[in-house]
Amino acid sequence: MTRPEMADETLFLLLHNEMVSGLYRAAEHGEGENGRCITKLENMGFRVGQGLIERFTKDTARFKDELDIMKFICKDFWTTVFKKQIDNLRTNHQGIYVLQDNKFRLLTQMSTGKQYLEYAPKYLAFTCGLIRGGLSNLGIKSIVTAEVSAMPACKFQVMIQKM
Amino acid sequence: MAVCIAVIAKENYPLYIRSIPTENELKFHYTVHTSLDVVDEKISAMGKALVDQRELYLGLLYPTEDYKVYGYVTNSKVKFVMVVDSSNTALRDNEIRSMFRKLHNSYTDVMCNPFYNPGDCIHSRAFDNMVTSMMMQVC
Repeated sequence: MTRPEMADETLFLLLHNEMVSGLYRAAEHGEGENGRCITKLENMGFRVGQGLIERFTKDTARFKDELDIMKFICKDFWTTVFKKQIDNLRTNHQGIYVLQDNKFRLLTQMSTGKQYLEYAPKYLAFTCGLIRGGLSNLGIKSIVTAEVSAMPACKFQVMIQKM
Repeated sequence: MAVCIAVIAKENYPLYIRSIPTENELKFHYTVHTSLDVVDEKISAMGKALVDQRELYLGLLYPTEDYKVYGYVTNSKVKFVMVVDSSNTALRDNEIRSMFRKLHNSYTDVMCNPFYNPGDCIHSRAFDNMVTSMMMQVC
C-alpha cells in the first residue's frame, strides 16, 4: 500500500466530481427523478467498495472481529482511497460506529462557509456506498449515513444490521 | 498437478469448479462438498486461536487414499479448495501456498472487473487459463 505518489489522486477527485455532476445533469434532462441520483451514486460506491476491499485485504491476516474490520476501514482503506486516516472512531459496542473525518478529501475543494452546505450530501453518497460495499463483502450488513455540520469535516455513521 | 480446483462463495455455493476431464467429475464435486465442513471447522477454531494463526491458507484439510485436499479462505469468506493427487510427493506445502496465492490474485482480478456481478458464476477466460496452467504443470 506504500506506492509512490502519483497523479491518480487528482484523477479520482476529478472523476468523482464529474460523476456527481454528470448524474445530476442527466436527471435535469428528465432521465429519472432527482432523488434517485443519491441512490445511484450510493450503488456505484457499493460495487466499487466490494472490489476494492477484495484487493486491499488480499495480503492481510484474517480479521479477529467486527472492531478489527472497522479499524482496517479507518486506517488502511481510508489511507489508500483518501490519503489520510479517519480522525476519530467511536462505537457503542452494540453495532453503531461513528467515523469522523475532520478534513474529508472530497469536500476540501469547496468553500468552508455555509454557502454550499446543502450540496454536501451528493458528494458523500459515493463514499457511504464505498463503506457499505466493503463491509458487505467482508460479511457485515450495514446501513451507512453521513452528516456534515461544518464544511470539510464530516461524520459517517455505520449501523450494523444483525442477522 | 492439481486434479480439481473449486471456488466456493460466502454462502457455500460453487462459483467455479473444474477437474481434469479424464476422471469422474461427480467424485470431485463430492470431495469438494465434503471438505466444506472441515473448512468451517477450521475457521471457527481459528477465532479462538492465537494471533499468529490468522493466515488465509488453511493447509491440508484431509487426505484420502488417492488424494489430498487443501483449503484457503479469503477475508471475504470465499473458499478455494484444491484436490491434489497423493502420489505427487514432490508438491510441498509452500508450493501449494503459492498456487493458492495465484488463485487469489486471479479471483481478485475477476472481482474488480466491472462487468462481473459479485455472486455469479465465474466465466472469465483469464481465470480459466490460470486454472488450466495450474492443472497442467508437471504431471
